[in-house]
Amino acid sequence: MEEYSISVNGKKFDVQAFPDMPLLWVLRDLLSMKGTKFGCGQALCGACTVHLDKQAVRSCSLPISEIGDGKITTIEGLSDMGNHPLQEAWIEHIVPQCGYCQGGQIMTAAALLTTNPKPSEEEIERAMEGNLCRCGTYNRIKEAIQTASKKL
Amino acid sequence: MKNFIPNIKIKNPEDQSKIFVPSRRDFLKISSLATGGFLLGVNFQCSGPKGEPITFAPNVYISINSNNEVILVAHRSEMGTGIRTSLPMILADELGADWKKVKIIQAEGDEDKYGNQNTDGSFSVRMFFEPMRKAGATARQMLIQAAANKWGVDSSECTTENSQVLLTGSNKKVDFGDLVEAIQTMELPDASTVKLKELSEYKLIGTDVPIYDAKAIVSGQATFGADVDLPSMQIAVIARSPVVGAKILSYDDAAALAIPGVSQVIKIDGAGISLGFDKPLEGLAVLASNTWAAKKGRDALVIEWDLGPNQTYSSAIQLQEMAKSTFKNGKISRERGNFNSAKSSAVKVLDRTYLAPYYAHATMEPPAVIADYREDGSVEIWAPTQHPQWAKGAVAGALGLELPKVKVNVTLLGGGFGRKSKPDFVVEAALLSKAAKTPVRVQWTREDDIQHDFYHSHSAQRIVATLDSSNKLTGWNHHTVFPAIGATGNAAELHPSNMELELGCRDFPYEVPHIRIETHESEAHTRIGWLRSVSNIHHAFAIHTMMDEIAEARGLDPIENALDLFGEDKNLTFEGEMEGDFGNYGEKLEDFPWNTGRMKKVIQDVASKSNWKDKRDAGKFVGFAAHKSFLTYVACVVVVEKDPNGKLTIPEVHYSVDCGVGINTDRIKSQFEGGAQFATSLAMTSAITFENGQVVQNNFDTYQIIRMPQSPKKIHVHILPSTEKPTGVGEPPVPPYLPALANAIFKMNGKRIYELPFKV
Repeated sequence: MEEYSISVNGKKFDVQAFPDMPLLWVLRDLLSMKGTKFGCGQALCGACTVHLDKQAVRSCSLPISEIGDGKITTIEGLSDMGNHPLQEAWIEHIVPQCGYCQGGQIMTAAALLTTNPKPSEEEIERAMEGNLCRCGTYNRIKEAIQTASKKL
Repeated sequence: MKNFIPNIKIKNPEDQSKIFVPSRRDFLKISSLATGGFLLGVNFQCSGPKGEPITFAPNVYISINSNNEVILVAHRSEMGTGIRTSLPMILADELGADWKKVKIIQAEGDEDKYGNQNTDGSFSVRMFFEPMRKAGATARQMLIQAAANKWGVDSSECTTENSQVLLTGSNKKVDFGDLVEAIQTMELPDASTVKLKELSEYKLIGTDVPIYDAKAIVSGQATFGADVDLPSMQIAVIARSPVVGAKILSYDDAAALAIPGVSQVIKIDGAGISLGFDKPLEGLAVLASNTWAAKKGRDALVIEWDLGPNQTYSSAIQLQEMAKSTFKNGKISRERGNFNSAKSSAVKVLDRTYLAPYYAHATMEPPAVIADYREDGSVEIWAPTQHPQWAKGAVAGALGLELPKVKVNVTLLGGGFGRKSKPDFVVEAALLSKAAKTPVRVQWTREDDIQHDFYHSHSAQRIVATLDSSNKLTGWNHHTVFPAIGATGNAAELHPSNMELELGCRDFPYEVPHIRIETHESEAHTRIGWLRSVSNIHHAFAIHTMMDEIAEARGLDPIENALDLFGEDKNLTFEGEMEGDFGNYGEKLEDFPWNTGRMKKVIQDVASKSNWKDKRDAGKFVGFAAHKSFLTYVACVVVVEKDPNGKLTIPEVHYSVDCGVGINTDRIKSQFEGGAQFATSLAMTSAITFENGQVVQNNFDTYQIIRMPQSPKKIHVHILPSTEKPTGVGEPPVPPYLPALANAIFKMNGKRIYELPFKV
């Protein structure tokens, strides 16, 4: 077990963990931040997506020892009041069904819009390919990203 | 627990509970709408301690307090269908509550109090439309009476809107909350005097209403199964029997226990073969202070298994044997006319075999559940369960407790699709919490989920269709064979049950003079369960791809063929043709008739809305299928194309649906949109296979579900206006989609598809 100091949503946290402990479990089990979800443990589904220095990463496969000074943002910290343009667009299009994957979907979409504020349909599809939704909300996700993109 | 646990303080819960008495629903057997009327006590009002608001709670679903808060109880589980919004919507609409301000809380598992909570079989709306209307209307009538008394007018002059009672033709209005005190001295009205609103009077029902939890979900604040934290909770990750029926001979847990954070290793005794749905698999649980340590601990276990009788099982070999068996005479489940005579006089015989694999549910949230067994011999559960009452009973049984000692709180479900009906995972947590003397969260990994599911059964089918010299379809002989759901509880069940056969097989609705439906034996070697639309998946695939071949053989457009084969508008009864009674999804035929006219209307609607004929004439690759399931009529058109790289794309899908009165039309649409995506995975990407008794696949790389780039693009959902009784929409989108897609692909490449999943 090692000591780590990490920055999550603008706050510093000191935690004790195995070096190989994925960020996902640091967030969920050690910091009790439950917005980031466990889906597959192998970076295959995207439910656990967070930002590391504004880039979308799969927290289930990112060991805490590799985070260093990187700044982590989770779905809870994406906006102050849950009012990021994507979150608002998600509500406008009533995207969620069960809702479990949607935090990860939004985090992937937010990282996309940071680097590419006006993505084409194909660019959206490519960026979102790593995020699974078993309920099948893909088309509304795409529409919500397009709506948010227009507001940026 | 945020807002998902009900916190209404009820003075006399026994008096208030019985808004209706439902018959308990066993397994998949669907009970009829069993409303025993309003058995309400008179002590409906509750007053809080001094200074706290007074509450008016005329039944278990509604409470209104003197602060003018309207609190509605959602008693069925939210797994993505929107039911946590749709049923409270009915209450609010009937009541005249201000929807933007209502609070919804989730009921704990208690069927004596709330009625049937088994969220399954697409029947929540079907079963609860009327009870919710009655519950809302009762409260409205009392509020109106209280206001009428206050104003000295007749109650007929009053209406409700935005959580206020209004006096018609005046500016007078009063908040519901301001009537709560006056209602304290009133009695509940006789059920027969409670008048429901006309359909035309509803303002929410029949419209697109956003789901209640949207904001919580998009901001990461919603509570799912694994999201509850309890003090000193241990996390359990379990090594489960790799083959169903395997037993632990010996184990070495020294390395696991040496891992920092790991506290205990506890053995769970499995029930062996025929273990049912409510008992865990044999396993060894590693408990730790966090999930990662528990998982590392599990990886460090050394277990010697007696793999038992299923260790040589190969699903591929069984599937071939099942397919062969369809060439023998089977057990006849339905007979009309004389198929053999149709065959001997046929000028053309189509004889086709269809294969479909096992499927796993693969809910995005793998099973996760929290149990807190306490010293006083009670246990509290937080579970993403579709069936809290079953979970409660299973835990009570496993721990030897009286039912009232078990409390089951229902969280949001990160997907259900039938998996989370089964309470095996809840029992695991309860057993471990008791043994470990501490709260426990059991966390399934994705590998656990894919490898230890209750699978949709693989299947072989053979359909023989005969045409006579006048180009009529004269005979239909459908053989179906698949390990039955019932075999999970009783290995001696070798044939599909009538219930499974009425999921799209022996309820074959077309006007064909000679019909024979046969089943054959097959053994279960794993846990068989039910998956969204259940046996309709493979039955609809076989039947409606065959219908496309029949249309081709008859030289008819597939839609003309279907309309022709439905014949005149009529109600089907299947009388005198079936072995045993026709179940009609648990409903009486007089309440929910099988009406071919309604079916023809959705077919005509989808033809027109999809521009079917124009697309066909223009050489587009379009496929069609229509399939009624769970009492909902659905017709589907799928359009496929090849992209410039030669890859299949699905640019357009059309559904026309008659589900009776539509409640939340947006959630009807979303169920169909999602149903098409779900069915695309079943059709093209997913399959579970077994070798040496073990599941070969273990995560989303090997058990694939459709991703955004490959998914169907524009999914149009056309809801037919209707005043008929509402029926469900969770499952009905899936069955017709698979054959419609297969038929479209045939148009594209000229190859018929006989096996799921199909690669193109």
